Amino acid sequence: MLEELTFGISEGTTCIAGPSGAGKSTLLRLFNRLSDPAGGTVRYRGRDVRDYDVLALRREVGLVPQLPALLNGTVEMNVSFGARLAGEAADVATALRLAGLDETFADRPAGRLSVGEQQRVMLARALALQPKVLLLDEPTAALDERSKAAVERTLLDLRERLSLSVVFVTHELAQAERLADRIVWLERGRLSRGPATVPS
Amino acid sequence: MAAIHITVGQVAATLALVAVAVAVSAWQRAGLERDIGIAVVRSFIQLTAIGYVIDVIFEQDNLWFVAALLAAMVLFGAFTARSRARKVPGAFWPLLIALAVAGATTLGLVLALGVFDPEARYLVPVGGMVIGNAMTAAAVALNRLGDDVADSANEIEATLALGATSAQAIRPVVRRSLRSGMIPLIDSTKTTGLIFFPGTMVGMLLAGAAPVDAVRLQLVLLYVLLGSVSVGALTSVLLAYRNFFTRAQQLRELPA
Repeated sequence: MLEELTFGISEGTTCIAGPSGAGKSTLLRLFNRLSDPAGGTVRYRGRDVRDYDVLALRREVGLVPQLPALLNGTVEMNVSFGARLAGEAADVATALRLAGLDETFADRPAGRLSVGEQQRVMLARALALQPKVLLLDEPTAALDERSKAAVERTLLDLRERLSLSVVFVTHELAQAERLADRIVWLERGRLSRGPATVPS
Repeated sequence: MAAIHITVGQVAATLALVAVAVAVSAWQRAGLERDIGIAVVRSFIQLTAIGYVIDVIFEQDNLWFVAALLAAMVLFGAFTARSRARKVPGAFWPLLIALAVAGATTLGLVLALGVFDPEARYLVPVGGMVIGNAMTAAAVALNRLGDDVADSANEIEATLALGATSAQAIRPVVRRSLRSGMIPLIDSTKTTGLIFFPGTMVGMLLAGAAPVDAVRLQLVLLYVLLGSVSVGALTSVLLAYRNFFTRAQQLRELPA
């Protein structure tokens, strides 16, 4: 699906843009080894991702999928889930705040939230692992205009507050320009342009 | 106990009931006449054949013969159950091991507790029931597992992305599969005696046993089956779910 793709991503916010079916999500999945390429290598900080402990890599390079997929239970249970797997305590209140939700959400059942709120809980549970890189697959695709603007504000806010690199996928060029430091264009599995720096 | 003797004529007479089934199917255009025919012929041939095999094994009363017959049941059961678990990659070995473990542990426990003596006349029929019920439970559990992994792929991958192992990511699916495998027998155990009389009890009553004895044997078998069904479903699911993942804790791409 992806072919002859060679590029580097430095710190900051990078957008992978392109039409549907270009291979954007597939590319994102290679970064935290939800998939492996049939050929070629993916390097993270100079090392082949296959040389890392895969579980540690996924905690350091967090991925928020396009569709919310929360576990049955409260918001707090969901947000602290990843940290608990690693045997650590999670700062749920901070993670919720960073994702744009107030603390009162902690006790609410995840299944009763709106899609926009669920998407934020997905973001909060990735942030609770204190990742160095955050991969976001179409973070606003499932949202209405108002929630979309709110999530965009949250992402910009995150960039201000945390030393966190973000790679996000979108099919919307305007969004790429609003949020990213640089843009990579994919078309039919190949690099069509970029990485290009977005003028600020 | 007065043994009862059934003549071939009596068996043939019950074909009248088969004719009723065929007539119902034809009248309502259910299209089951052919299947009914196959079922009748197969049941006749299979049961007659197994009757002769069991006859030989009872006469020999050699435990090796018993073990060989039970092993054949496990093998045949794994093949049969595999056809119900098509969405599970490599389901045969998990099923084979699950049925063998279910049969061995439950029969072993029953013998160790002194419920039955280690004789062919106990081990063959009880072993057949144990393996047959474990097969049904494992097939239902793996069928559910295959459907559920396909339906829950997003949830499983979202959990893997948080640094979960495949075992942690699939735990809710495993739980649901186990429930699916075990619930039918638990439900029928709950209603036994109220809505239906289980086969063993019916057989013993027909053979002239005292009702209390028939009930006690039936209870023994129901509890033994609960054990074997849980072991069969659990073993098959815990072995089979691994085939959905790579060693790098990735969900394999599922065949469409």
